[in-house]
Amino acid sequence: MASSVAPLALSASAAAIRENPKRIGVGKRGGNLFFKGKAFGRVSLAVAVNVSRFESVTMAPPDPILGVSEAFKADTSDVKLNLGVGAYRTEELQPYVLNVVRKAENLMLERGENKEYLPIEGLAAFNKVTADLLFGANNPVIQQGRVATVQSLSGTGSLRLAAAFIQRYFPDAKVLISSPTWGNHKNIFNDARVPWSEYRYYDPRTVGLDFDGMLADIKAAPDGSFVLLHGCAHNPTGIDPTPEQWNKIADVIQEKNHIPFFDVAYQGFASGSLDTDAYSVRLFVERGLELLVAQSYSKNLGLYAERIGAINVVCSSSDAAARVKSQLKRLARPMYSNPPVHGARIVANVVGDPTLFNEWKQEMELMAGRIKNVRQRLFDYLSQKDKSGKDWSFILKQIGMFSFTGLNKAQGLFDCTEVIKVERDYFWRNEFGNVAFAGVILPSERGGN
Amino acid sequence: MASRAAIYRGMMWKGRSWAIGSRSMSSWWSNVEPAPKDPILGVTEAYLADPSPHKVNVGVGAYRDDNGKPVVLECVREAERRIAGNLNMEYLPMGGSIKMIEESLKLAYGEDSEFIKDKRIAAVQSLSGTGACRLFADFQKRFLPDSQIYIPLPTWANHHNIWRDARVPQQTFRYYHPESRGLDFASLMEDFKNAPNGSFFLLHACAHNPTGVDPSEEQWREISHLFKVKNHFPFFDMAYQGFASGDPERDAKAIRIFLEDGHLIGCAQSYAKNMGLYGQRVGCLSLLCEDEMQAVAVKSQLQQIARPMYSNPPLHGAHIVSIILSDPDLKSLWLKEVKVMADRIIGMRKALRENLEKLGSPLSWEHITNQIGMFCYSGMTPDQVDRLTNEFHIYMTRNGRISMAGVTTGNVAYLANAIHEVTKST
Repeated sequence: MASSVAPLALSASAAAIRENPKRIGVGKRGGNLFFKGKAFGRVSLAVAVNVSRFESVTMAPPDPILGVSEAFKADTSDVKLNLGVGAYRTEELQPYVLNVVRKAENLMLERGENKEYLPIEGLAAFNKVTADLLFGANNPVIQQGRVATVQSLSGTGSLRLAAAFIQRYFPDAKVLISSPTWGNHKNIFNDARVPWSEYRYYDPRTVGLDFDGMLADIKAAPDGSFVLLHGCAHNPTGIDPTPEQWNKIADVIQEKNHIPFFDVAYQGFASGSLDTDAYSVRLFVERGLELLVAQSYSKNLGLYAERIGAINVVCSSSDAAARVKSQLKRLARPMYSNPPVHGARIVANVVGDPTLFNEWKQEMELMAGRIKNVRQRLFDYLSQKDKSGKDWSFILKQIGMFSFTGLNKAQGLFDCTEVIKVERDYFWRNEFGNVAFAGVILPSERGGN
Repeated sequence: MASRAAIYRGMMWKGRSWAIGSRSMSSWWSNVEPAPKDPILGVTEAYLADPSPHKVNVGVGAYRDDNGKPVVLECVREAERRIAGNLNMEYLPMGGSIKMIEESLKLAYGEDSEFIKDKRIAAVQSLSGTGACRLFADFQKRFLPDSQIYIPLPTWANHHNIWRDARVPQQTFRYYHPESRGLDFASLMEDFKNAPNGSFFLLHACAHNPTGVDPSEEQWREISHLFKVKNHFPFFDMAYQGFASGDPERDAKAIRIFLEDGHLIGCAQSYAKNMGLYGQRVGCLSLLCEDEMQAVAVKSQLQQIARPMYSNPPLHGAHIVSIILSDPDLKSLWLKEVKVMADRIIGMRKALRENLEKLGSPLSWEHITNQIGMFCYSGMTPDQVDRLTNEFHIYMTRNGRISMAGVTTGNVAYLANAIHEVTKST
């Protein structure tokens, strides 16, 4: 019995141990390197040190988005700029904690709230305000109890719960995602084992929306597919459909009996107005469609690290909503049991208090405003300096944190645009060539040029 | 008005619920059944709904003080004061808070652990114990797709859900001995022996949930030895370090024995109970690897699994943990507070047993004080539990598990009396 174990592992480990005895953590015992067993009763066993079961585990590739930030942090250059990750920055390129968030946290601390487990579906107060914010408190779907809302781990967690739900209840359905889309969407559906295919979205010729392609691809998909739509501020292109286009998209979706699945990561952050940014979702709801919506408060409340969001499922009846909610809970329980409380309380406090809520709206307008302002100034600067005749107006037409520049590895760079040139490394690394506007300071502001 | 708008939108009031009317399809969700209530968390829901002034919640495993109130530790409040309103909220690295991970590894593996020095431990911050187990289960599925997991019988109900949703086939091994309300050590060892070499086992490091029955140190050594012979993989779920005996070092004894014996272990840690951070969802998953290079690879793959689940873990709780564990004064305060909690529970065990014996119960209640940690496996049947709930408004899970944290000097006599009532004719 014992003998079968010992010789096998020696070949691999033996050489290693000889080179570097510490490698296998032999420790302070010294002496016989291979003896890690214990003398037990009559039997003294010499068993080899374990070879890990995870021998074959290879190094995962760096995440194309989050990996950029990690590389940025490691870079010691003092002219570095991070145009990679979508996290808001002030004019001083500092991360920004909203004042309302600080106030809410201080309130919470004063109140001395406990840290008990939330129910699996999350904080009730949060679930109420998040649905109200998204659909409008007077929306019939809310008044009729037809929305299943479950607090989840920001946008990612909401998408993942929904994906797991789709896999379980619609095992033959696939999800249509835009080309391009946020890098993690594919990972989420892959890990949830939900098949996906792409619909055309970005048109490189116009640096705008390939609307005909989009409609054609959505039409061509099997009936009853899930269509993943970015509610506003499309990531990574910054290109959103117009209201007329949204209507046509809804037409096709209804015609094909598809299920709309909105990813709303930037409500309020795109235009500066919460209601304006919810237009597409509310339009589809008004059409009587059942749909899913994933929400995140990472950007609009700056709560990135607290992982706060929600998955909402609009159903045709309150009974269906109750059942759907119960099954979402059943998927969440073996993932993390119940969601983290801190971010939920912050949101509930901010949105639930009229003063704080108004303050928030103002801060959000400021953030969205700064991004629009940067777009304007970048456009002005590039239009002035770039003599190649390239049309930079897409910078103004696009919305939200990201801009699809249409630049790629093959194109030459212009020496006038110090910003882009200096940071070439960083947005090349982001495979689509997209640029995050939160992180841009123009050369004149740095006192250079 | 409302109904006119509703008709306009094709809605009808169908009795008790609104539903979309004739024009559109029936709901997509018509084949979605209502899920059964979670056996553990459902108990608290039922308790909260009960209007009786005598009600007692000994269901969910969350600590209560002697007044039955939830507790936020002083060390936690202090840590929060230091961070409130100040912190920036930027995303943590995918693997979580480095500081918190470092401190967690010291707790589990030992302050001066050579494995930490040699950077051989792949570790990531996780969503408490559940999240750590789930990450490991998914990792196991991805890299060892043919493996199974052996789970003790009984175990925390959610263990089964976790490995099932991760699609890792499960087996059970015998653990609890009903007659003695103790450990069925002989059967346990037999099951370990009979399992194919190289099997994966889930072990509770201390304060077994739900039985409160732990192997002795000697028994742990035998188990470790057998695991070496069989080349089994030990995955420790350590949700109660410090909470069981009052001493975190002592509660980590099983893990240390396995480490001494050269096992490459896996470990799920949770700060839900021992730091009272339940709702913050803070924990750590660690895997001891052969060397630093492998640890880096394994960590990168764990991050790959976390990314499409929640991207990166929540910050707040992790900060609290890092601050407490890295500040000698706060850490020492924490150790005192953990001991207070553990001692109160040990005291309540004594009180409950004494009360039952005073009532003249024909049964033996030794196991109440033999068992350790938050839970007591009373030995009551589901029917007896139902009677406790229906007649006495006492809430616990139907497997007869009593959360000792819910017992107070104020309710222990009532509880003992009720238990006696439903068991005296056994």
